[in-house]
Amino acid sequence: MKRCKLMVDLGRRQFLRGSAATAAGAAVATVAGGGAKPAAAQGGARVAYPSTRLANIKDLALNEPFEVAYPDADAPGVLLKLGRPVEGGVGPDRDIVGFTTICPHKGFPLHYTAEERTFDCPGHYSRFDAEKGGQQIWGQATQNLPQYDLRVDEKGDIYAEGVDELLYGRLSNVLG
Amino acid sequence: MAYKRNVDRLPIVPADAREHVAVCHFCIVGCGYKVYTWDVNREGGTAPGQNAFGVDLSRQQEALTPAWYSPSMYNIVTQQGRDVHMVFKPDPDCVVNKGLGSVRGARIGELSYSRVTGTQLNRLTDPLVWRYGQMQPTSWDDALDLVARVTARVLKEYGEDGVFVSAFDHGGAGGGYENTWGTGKLYFGAMKIRNIRIHNRPAYNSEVHSSRDMGVGELNNAYEDAELADTIVAVGTNPLETQTNYFLAHWVPNLRGESLEKKKRMLPDEPHEPARVIIVDPRRTVTVNACEVEAGRDRVLHLAINSGTDLVLFNALLTYIADQGWIDREFIDKHTVGFEEGPAEPPLFPARADSGVLAERWPGFNEVLAEIRTTPEQAAEICGVPAEDIVKAARWIAEPKAGGKRRRTMIGYEKGVIWGNDNYRTIASLVNLALATGNIGREGGGCVRLGGHQEGYVRPDYPGGRPAPYVDKLLIEGKGGVHHIWGCDHFKTTLNATEFKRVYKKRTDMVKDAMNSVGWGDRRALVDAIMWAVRQGGLFAVDVDIKPTKIGQHCHVILPAATQGEMNLTSMNGERRMRITQRYMDPPGQAMPDCLIAARIANHMERVFREDGDMGRAKQFRGFDWKTEEDAFMDGYHQHAAGGQHVTYERLIAMGTNGFQEPAVGYEDGKIIGSPRLYTDGRFSTPDGKARFMVTKWRGLQAPGKEEQKKRYKFLVNNGRANQVWQSAYYDEDSEFVQDRWPYPFIEMNPEDMAELGVEEGDLVEVWNDAGWTQAMVYPNEKARRRETFMLFAYPTGVQGNVVNAGVNELVIPNYKQTWANIRKLAKAPRAVAHVSFKSREYKPA
Repeated sequence: MKRCKLMVDLGRRQFLRGSAATAAGAAVATVAGGGAKPAAAQGGARVAYPSTRLANIKDLALNEPFEVAYPDADAPGVLLKLGRPVEGGVGPDRDIVGFTTICPHKGFPLHYTAEERTFDCPGHYSRFDAEKGGQQIWGQATQNLPQYDLRVDEKGDIYAEGVDELLYGRLSNVLG
Repeated sequence: MAYKRNVDRLPIVPADAREHVAVCHFCIVGCGYKVYTWDVNREGGTAPGQNAFGVDLSRQQEALTPAWYSPSMYNIVTQQGRDVHMVFKPDPDCVVNKGLGSVRGARIGELSYSRVTGTQLNRLTDPLVWRYGQMQPTSWDDALDLVARVTARVLKEYGEDGVFVSAFDHGGAGGGYENTWGTGKLYFGAMKIRNIRIHNRPAYNSEVHSSRDMGVGELNNAYEDAELADTIVAVGTNPLETQTNYFLAHWVPNLRGESLEKKKRMLPDEPHEPARVIIVDPRRTVTVNACEVEAGRDRVLHLAINSGTDLVLFNALLTYIADQGWIDREFIDKHTVGFEEGPAEPPLFPARADSGVLAERWPGFNEVLAEIRTTPEQAAEICGVPAEDIVKAARWIAEPKAGGKRRRTMIGYEKGVIWGNDNYRTIASLVNLALATGNIGREGGGCVRLGGHQEGYVRPDYPGGRPAPYVDKLLIEGKGGVHHIWGCDHFKTTLNATEFKRVYKKRTDMVKDAMNSVGWGDRRALVDAIMWAVRQGGLFAVDVDIKPTKIGQHCHVILPAATQGEMNLTSMNGERRMRITQRYMDPPGQAMPDCLIAARIANHMERVFREDGDMGRAKQFRGFDWKTEEDAFMDGYHQHAAGGQHVTYERLIAMGTNGFQEPAVGYEDGKIIGSPRLYTDGRFSTPDGKARFMVTKWRGLQAPGKEEQKKRYKFLVNNGRANQVWQSAYYDEDSEFVQDRWPYPFIEMNPEDMAELGVEEGDLVEVWNDAGWTQAMVYPNEKARRRETFMLFAYPTGVQGNVVNAGVNELVIPNYKQTWANIRKLAKAPRAVAHVSFKSREYKPA
C-alpha cells in the first residue's frame, strides 16, 4: 500500500512537469495551426480511470443526449451522436462524443439545446459547443467542457476511458 | 479540438495552509479572493480534518461549493524564495462576489509567474537596455543611471514640457494607491509634468468631467443599490461581460425577485416588485439576453438607439418626466441650484460655452429644461427607437409607485457613453436626469459609472490645465525628448493608432541608431549621442511594465515591475470598497513595485543633479527614501487621502476582503468605519454643497471627422470587450485558454452583410478607413443590425484603435465607439481558427 501511494505522488509530480511542457508545445500549435489537442500522450501520469461501458451505438439516436455517468455514478454526463464527423468523435461515422453535464464554473447541471448542439447552464448563462470539443462559446468557466476519451469495440459498445479536464466538485476525477 | 489542460487531479489544500487576503487583479468590481499557500512537498488529505475546508473530499461536492478549485486557480510559485503550492479561489464570505469567480479573475492562479509549471515565463525579470543593437539584461543601477541622465538633460534643454509620461491612474494590478502615489509624487511633486496621459486615453483628464463639475462624484452608490432599485438603467454598458459578478451577485437577484425580502426590510414604507431594467445600447448584448431570461421580456426594455444619439434620448426622458410632474421638486429645491437662476459662478469649460447668456452663472433646472426640451417623437426620429418606448422608459424611471411613493432608479453607465459621442454633455444629461428625479444619495439609486479598473488614485495636483495637452498628438508632431511609460501600451489601446505607431517607431529608431554609434561604457558619449538624436526629432523611451509590450519593443530601457500579490497593494472598487491584497508570492527576478521604481528614479535624479552641481533641482527629488510599498502607502494614502489617517496595512488586513467603503470616517472597536453611499445628507461636491444642472444641447456627432467618416464608409465599427479577455490581453495573449477561443479579434456581423461581402465565418477581413487598417475574424450574429458591426477592442492580433480617427472632445476624451469603415476579405478562415465555435453567445433556457 505504501508503495502504491508513492506511485501516485510521483505520478502527480510528473504530471505537473508534463503540464508545463504541454503548455509550451500547445502555445506553438495555436499559432501554427490552432486547436491541436494538447498531447494527451504526455499526460501519461493522469489518474487511473476505469474503462466503463456506457452504451452501445444502437442505443444512440441522432442528436438526442443519452444519459450516462462517468467515471462513477456521481458524475453525470451524456453521449451524443451528432450525425457529422467532429474532431475527437468516435464510431464508424466519427460523430459520437461524450461530455460531463456539470458546468465547470459552479457545478450547475447543463441542459442540451438540440437545435444549436450546445450545452447551456442556467446558473450563469455559460454555453459549450458539443461539436467543437466542448469549447465554451460564452461563459464564466475557466475550462472548456470536460470530454470523455471514448473507445468503440467491434460489437459497437462504447467505453469511456478518461476525461480531459478536471470535473467540477472533485479534486481528483477518480474519487477515493 | 478545444483546448484542454489534461489536468485531472489537484493537490489538496491542507488544514494548516497559510491564508492571505486578496482581491482580483482586474476589473473594478474587485471580487474578494482567498489565497492559500503551503510547502510544495506536502498536501492535505480528503478526510475533513486533513484539508482547509473541513469536508470529506473523497465525495463529489455540490454546486457552488467553496471546497473546489479549478486548475486555473492553482499554481506553484515562490514565496520568500521557497516553492509553494498556491490556490487562488473566490472568497464565499466577500459581500462583493459572494463566492463567485469570473472567467478572468478565476484564472489568476495560472496567470501567475511560475518557473515550476511554466506559466507566464515571459514576465520581465531584469532591467533591459538597448546595448549593441539589442535589448540586454543589466542591473538596476546601470539602467536607472541612464534614465536619470537622459531625463535630467532633457529637463535642462527643454524644461519640464520635454518630459512626456504615460501612466496608469487606476487601482488593481498595474496601479493602486501605492503606485499612483509613487509616480504622482515623482511627476507632479518632484517635477511638474504637464505632458502626461493615462493608460487608455491620450491626455490627463477625467472620463467623467461633467459629472464632477456638477458636484456628483461618479462612484456614489453601493452595489447593494442594484438589489434595491425599482428600475435599473444601464447605458452603454454590458455588465454581464465586463462587471460580471456585480451583475450576477447584485442585479440578478433583483431581476429574479430574490431581493424582495431585503427591499421590504430596508424600505418598509413603500410597495416593491422585482426590478425592471432599461438597457440603452445599439447592440443586443448577452446582458440584454440574461435580463430577459431572468426578469421576463415584459420587464426589460432594450433601447437599441442609433450609435451616438444617447444625449437626445436622455433629454427627451427628462422633458417627458418634467412635463408629467414626476420630478422630485423637494430634492431640486433643497439639494441643487434650484429651479431658477443658479449661483453666480462661471461654469467650467466647456459647460460655460454652452450656456449662452448663462456664461457667468449656473443655470437653474427650468432654464436647462427650456434649452434641452425634446419630445419623444423628436427623439424617436434621431435615436431610431419608437416614441412609445421612450415614454415607457420615462414611466419606468419616474412614474410614482402605488401610494405616490417615488420610484427608486439606479443609472449605471460606462464606455458606451464615456468613449462615445460628446462625452461631456451626454454624461451631464444622465446626471440631470438622476438629480431631477432625486435619485442620488438614496437607497436603490445612484448615477454611477460602472467602471473599468478598480480605482486607487492619490497624487499631488496635476500641474496642467484644462483641457490637458493631447499627448499622443504632440508625440506624433515630434514633441518631447524623453518618454516614460508606466503600464501602458498605446500600440494596443490608443486612437489614431496606425499613425501613432508609424511615427513612434521612426522617432525611437533614430535614438536606437544613435546609441548604436557609441560604446555603452562611455556614458557621457552615450548621453550625448542620445541627445543629438533627440534634437533631430528622436525620442528616448523608457518602459516600466510587468510584461513585454508592443510599445516596449521600441523602447531603450525596460524596467521590470512587480504586480499585485507580488507586493502588498491597496485599491477601491466600484462602490469605493477599499481592500488590501497581501503579498503572497515573490516578484519575478529583480522586478520591483512601481512605487519603489519611481523612488529609485528619483534617487538617481537627485544624484545626477547633485553631481552636476545643480543643487536646486537635486533638492526637488528628496523625500523618496521608501524601502517598502508600505512606506509609499503611509507617505501617500495615509497622509493625503480623505480619511486616510484611519487606514493602515494592519487595519486593512484585519478588515479582510470586505474592507470598508471610502471615505473612512473613523476607527472604532478594531474596525475602520466607512461610508456606504455618498451624498446621503444631500450635500454635493461643490463649494455651496448644491448640485448643478447643465445645459446639454444635441450637436450631432461632435468629434472632428466623425460625420464625414459616417457618410463615407459603409459599416459602423462599434467596439468593446469580451468576457474572457482582460484589458489589452497582456496576460491573455499567453493564455492558451483565451487564445484557443480568440486567435484573432472577432468582428460580429449580420449574415446578410457577410453574404454581400462574400465572407464566411472565421474568414479574416480587413477593416479600413481614412484613419488606418486592422484585421478581424468574422463572427456571424443574426441579431446584429445590418451595417452595424462590433469588434473586440484592444486585441493584440488586430488593434481596433488603428481605425479610430484622431477626433476627440473638447477635453481630449477619445471617441472610439463612433467609427465607420469599409470591410474587405483578407483570407479564407485560416487553420488557426478551424477549431473555433461561431455559435451564438446567447444562453438559451431549457
